Amino acid sequence: MTAILETEPAARRRHSFTLYAGAVLVGIHLLVALLTLVWLPYDPTAFAGGRLEAPSWLHWVGTDRLGRDLFTQLMIGSRIALMVGTGAVAIGAAIGVTLGLLAAFASRWLDDALAATLDILIAFPTLLIAMLVVAASDTASLWSAVVALGIALSAIVARLTRILAKRVLVMDYITAARTSGTSWPGIVFIHVLPNIWPTLSVNFALQFGLAVIAEASLSYLGLGAPPPNASWGRLLQEAQGTVYTAPIGAIAPGVALVSLVIGINLLADGLREAIDPTRRAR
Amino acid sequence: MTALLDIDRLTIRTGTTALVRDLSFQIAAGERVGLIGESGSGKSLTALAATGLLPAGLTAQGSVELAGQQVIGRPDHVLDRLRGTAAAIVFQEPLTALDPLMHVGRQVAEPLARRARRDGRSLSGAALEEAVLALLDEVALPDPARIARAYPHELSGGQRQRIAIAMALACRPDLLIADEPTTALDVTTQAEILNLLDRLVRERGMALLFISHDLPVVANTVERVVVLRKGEAVEAGPVSTVFGAPQHDYTRSLLAAARSFDDALEGRA
Amino acid sequence: MSLLRVDDVSFGYARDRRILDAVSLEIAAGDTIGLVGESGSGKTTLLRLLLGLQRPASGSISFEGAPLDPGNGAFMRSFRRQVQVVFQDPYSSLDPRQTVSSIVAEPLRSLRVPGDHAQMVADALTSVGLDRDAGRRYPHQFSGGQRQRIAIARAVVPGPKLLLADEAVSALDLTTRTRIVDLLRRLSAGMSLVFVSHDIGVVAALCRRIVILEKGRIVEAGVTAAVLANPQHPYTQRLLTSVPRLKSKDTSP
Repeated sequence: MTAILETEPAARRRHSFTLYAGAVLVGIHLLVALLTLVWLPYDPTAFAGGRLEAPSWLHWVGTDRLGRDLFTQLMIGSRIALMVGTGAVAIGAAIGVTLGLLAAFASRWLDDALAATLDILIAFPTLLIAMLVVAASDTASLWSAVVALGIALSAIVARLTRILAKRVLVMDYITAARTSGTSWPGIVFIHVLPNIWPTLSVNFALQFGLAVIAEASLSYLGLGAPPPNASWGRLLQEAQGTVYTAPIGAIAPGVALVSLVIGINLLADGLREAIDPTRRAR
Repeated sequence: MTALLDIDRLTIRTGTTALVRDLSFQIAAGERVGLIGESGSGKSLTALAATGLLPAGLTAQGSVELAGQQVIGRPDHVLDRLRGTAAAIVFQEPLTALDPLMHVGRQVAEPLARRARRDGRSLSGAALEEAVLALLDEVALPDPARIARAYPHELSGGQRQRIAIAMALACRPDLLIADEPTTALDVTTQAEILNLLDRLVRERGMALLFISHDLPVVANTVERVVVLRKGEAVEAGPVSTVFGAPQHDYTRSLLAAARSFDDALEGRA
Repeated sequence: MSLLRVDDVSFGYARDRRILDAVSLEIAAGDTIGLVGESGSGKTTLLRLLLGLQRPASGSISFEGAPLDPGNGAFMRSFRRQVQVVFQDPYSSLDPRQTVSSIVAEPLRSLRVPGDHAQMVADALTSVGLDRDAGRRYPHQFSGGQRQRIAIARAVVPGPKLLLADEAVSALDLTTRTRIVDLLRRLSAGMSLVFVSHDIGVVAALCRRIVILEKGRIVEAGVTAAVLANPQHPYTQRLLTSVPRLKSKDTSP
């Protein structure tokens, strides 16, 4: 067997960068989101200043077309984005991992049927499914968007879980667990889940970014959280009309959105690189 | 007479660790040499270094001369001409050495056609097919026509390894490098493949570099042997000398281990 | 006293022949039996049947007189305490995300073996030649031979009467192989051992009785020394002549 190679020092440095850069970007948003729970510069619904004011010391990013402070709304947007991301991924994980495990343990034809169903679901664009679910529910609310996104994400989680679990189930240590008397539920929690978790968590990190963008898109289209919930997507939609006279109204939420999603993707990349070498080490 | 393969003070490093250190040996045309070592001894890396196939991330120092040409540091397009004509490798795991999506007949045809091109001939169509079947027959595959149309997963381990040998032979190399060619095979299949290798190497007058951890197998296949331990050659010489009167402690421990199983078989036989 | 008894067992189909065909075998207390076969001989399937991981299509398997019933939870718990297994591949038989002591303790936990688990694990690790703080480390920090020792520790920790080994040394280097064979020989003084292997040399070194399997059938069986000295069946003869030996002229007195 050929020797396992050590990572070259340069490569190691590179992977730390993605992890740290991602962590910093996401961390900023996280801190802001937590801050909004206890303090906001202005009341988000109050008409605190003149309309479409330019950035100033009073209003760091200016005001929107109704005179509300934009920075406050951006901060709340961080909270909403993170909540949506967490909620959607959590729901997607709960449904997806359960389905995926069922498929991995299922008899041949049940597994084939499940796999085919999942493939069909995955063929639909995530956003479309989410929109359908939201439109089907009477109230357009933040939670209906989160649930809708969660359901849309669960199909990929299920397929991934199924493949990963199947790969683990043929390993000798699973047979060893059986001959050690461990029950099947025990095997799932002690052996299967911990071994598929690293790859799944990278997938969750990426889906987090997808969920944030999806929610912003839904809000942009008017299907997301209604005012006064200040989702970045809705801010973008509101700023559309005045993008030439007061561009900051569109740039700011755009920067916020992009910075969070890039941060998430860098974090996911860094995570993926971090889990690989340890698993391969001799 | 210049050696076919001349390895002089070869050192292979990854980062700061040396996986092979200061290794030197030669193989003359028609000679059979064995490289004995356990896992981590660097024997497979040596085989790869001999043909310039070291994976990225590993650096080689020293000198490796194949058919008079330096291998270390040469660009791929130069080495490509050398590979196949000077040396061909048969690997341990036939399932991963063959393309799972191609008929094995076509996989054997490729090196045949390539070698013909290099010789200035052209081999294609019916003539190529005939050459493929002739080669499959030479490696003692029954019903070559049917086998040529099969995919690797449809064949047994022994049959796949014969295909791998056929592909290596198709290049008409001066040196055949066999890296644990029978380790993944059943014992009866192993015996057949070893006999096959022995016959073909003699018939074609090729040199042989046989790499293995299995002492009895090496003893019965080569004339000279180099014992590797953790990247260093600890002993070298003719088989009868090294196995009959080992100088180094490590060689002695290897022989004692091999002999204990042999004795168990013989002592009760 | 018969520990494990296989009566006329058959199993499955592969390419128009049965994977196992009318196999009968008896394992007594204190026996060391080598099951020799190449790929396609059915030896892996037989092992899985002996472990109660699958049911035979026909015939019966009984343990200490009672029929082996994989569906009976209480019976299987008792069975598994007494019949354990070591697998071939040291790189896939240990859960990479668990510590060594957790791995070795698993049979004790799952089979609800009474006693001080931590002590039993430490004793098992020592008995296979690993030091006590190996328990805190992870499988990837050990070599192939050491991993096999961990697997053996896990198998012996519940104090089984019968140890099954599925090509337990085939993936190991030569010098490591002898050491593990020595270990198994030492441990089998207190247990019965069924050693499945394609390597007849290892079986010869370890097992007093030998059973030769070809294409799902037992073609020869008996005391190892006798069978090796005087092989009756052509397949056995072919196996023996195929094994490469160190030439006698190379061995100095």
